[in-house]
Amino acid sequence: MSILVGKETRLLVQGITGTQGLFHTEQMIAYGTNVVAGAVPGRGGQWALGNVPVFDTVREGVAATAANASIIFVPAAFAPDAILESADAGVELIICISEGIPALDMAKVRAYLDTTDSMLIGPNCPGLITPGEAKVGIMAGHIHTPGTVGIVSRSGTLTYEVVYALTARGIGQSSAVGIGGDPIKGLNFLEILAMFEADSGTEQVVLIGEIGGTDEQNAAEFIKHEMKKPVTAFIAGQTAPPGKRMGHAGAIISGGEGTAEEKIDALRSAGVKVARHPEEIAELVAQNL
Amino acid sequence: MKLHEYQSKRIFAEYGIPIPDGDVATTPAEAKAIAERLGRPVVIKSQVLVGGRGKAGGIKLAKTADEAEAVASQILGMDIKGLTVKKVLVDEAADIRSEIYLGVVLDRAKRQVAIMASSEGGVEIEEVAANTPDKIVTVHVHPLLGLQAYQCRNLAFGIGLPKEHIREFTKIAQGLYQVFVESDAGLAEINPLIINGENKLQAVDGKILLDDSGLFRHKELAALRDPDEDSPAEIEARASDLSYIDLDGEIGCLVNGAGLAMATMDVVKLFGGSPANFLDIGGGANAEKVTAALSIILRDDRVKAVLINIFGGITRCDEVANGIVEAIRTLHVTVPFVVRLVGVNEEEGRQILAESNLITASSLSEAVQKAVAAAKGESA
Repeated sequence: MSILVGKETRLLVQGITGTQGLFHTEQMIAYGTNVVAGAVPGRGGQWALGNVPVFDTVREGVAATAANASIIFVPAAFAPDAILESADAGVELIICISEGIPALDMAKVRAYLDTTDSMLIGPNCPGLITPGEAKVGIMAGHIHTPGTVGIVSRSGTLTYEVVYALTARGIGQSSAVGIGGDPIKGLNFLEILAMFEADSGTEQVVLIGEIGGTDEQNAAEFIKHEMKKPVTAFIAGQTAPPGKRMGHAGAIISGGEGTAEEKIDALRSAGVKVARHPEEIAELVAQNL
Repeated sequence: MKLHEYQSKRIFAEYGIPIPDGDVATTPAEAKAIAERLGRPVVIKSQVLVGGRGKAGGIKLAKTADEAEAVASQILGMDIKGLTVKKVLVDEAADIRSEIYLGVVLDRAKRQVAIMASSEGGVEIEEVAANTPDKIVTVHVHPLLGLQAYQCRNLAFGIGLPKEHIREFTKIAQGLYQVFVESDAGLAEINPLIINGENKLQAVDGKILLDDSGLFRHKELAALRDPDEDSPAEIEARASDLSYIDLDGEIGCLVNGAGLAMATMDVVKLFGGSPANFLDIGGGANAEKVTAALSIILRDDRVKAVLINIFGGITRCDEVANGIVEAIRTLHVTVPFVVRLVGVNEEEGRQILAESNLITASSLSEAVQKAVAAAKGESA
């Protein structure tokens, strides 16, 4: 078992003919992901990588191939449009890899998505993987191995670090989900933690957070009250200099400065073991086996 | 990206928000000329991108044009929290009867724009939030509807504004919301918004922070960037599309991904070292970008060792390796390099680096410990 993606995933790639889109589609297919279609305006009727049909619109692609998930590799300026196009075509799960989408665009996109049944992962994220079944993202597939540890993370490459350390110890993963680091995004820690808690194939969960915002504090509340499975965490940015990115008014309104210390305290008081460095996560996880 | 007070207020004025008459001067003579034109007492305000200008002596009144010239000559060239004052704003002195706070900000938890108002203007809103949070009134704006007039009235009545100002206040709040949305801001703030001697509302001080991700569609705003906001290395990094922050340690760090870059710094500290910088080469960096990043790191002569930690995904290890080889070939490298490449195309990357004389590592802890040892001149 796993969450969100697996053997049943039928993936459509938006921006499949671009450099990144093509490279990662090839990697996803090599991993065993069922890539059924691509969508690029003006490229309808072509084939990508020999056997993936390309459509002009997502709607056509979904109609022809019954795609149930899409992954977006288009520049930030076009990504909000791409997300909305997928949602409007009824795609259940949309993964947006694109980085640098203006926050106000995402506020609008998210407000619209909340009126549909589509779920969004990202933007500015590595995607997600169910080891041995489907890789829907840009992570290196070979560092993963099937198992029972669920992973949810705000950071891309830091997640790979943790997965690599787990796999090196022979500890496999049920699914690893990169929710992305943008201020406004699709699924957040809470939704993914709830899915892992309900998933029979997941026995424990790793949460990887960062400084900024209050998502980790909210996750801590959820873990305390709603979760029985053990959770291990790491928060990046314990030594980061403060105040380089966000003004204080943003922190006030969410009720906190978003420091690593605040987040670590909240998680510890919810019974979460917090690692001092990423590779220590694997040691803490091993203690729960 | 931060805008200066004078830049923020000029934008406010374009959206119908009343601001004091005034102009910017870079010399005492210019300040005098502006004060002469205004023909009344003025306030001379240093234009630097830090808070606490008033307490630092960077804001002063002048009754006459001659006095304005003298005051400007004191303030221009002054050092405020490490920044040299190069410009002053010469504004007509405000006749302040009462002070209000009005700010627009992105509330990431609610995923909406929030507008805050307070009767306690003129002090930092953080202070009001800490001491008298009930004096702050907040409304959230639905992103698909925009700010409604009733929400502005809720703010105005909520802070006890006399009813003769409600219409004016609504116009200003809607103007400020438009400034925020149309410039892709992260914060747009008027503090204080005053009631003046003519019983009118006026924005006496203001601040705009822009969302860097929105700058691609606001070339005119991007051009307003003050190069003094960042160090020369940070400016050069931005030109190469690298995310770089100067720190004061001895281990130069080159990492892909902000989270991993922060975690790498955390681990450097944990093992007794000190990072010289935060550097995220971003997703999908090519060889040229890696070379540019190394050239910025190596220019810092405090750097005693370079730690390269790459976990390939959208970034390919072979591209990074080519960048490292190119940097070694073209730059004057005198410090040891510790390199760890894992992930997409790692084998190709390692082959490219095999010829170079580098310290390699397979785990993050190992790489960091080797870099800390190398920086101390020990061979790990």
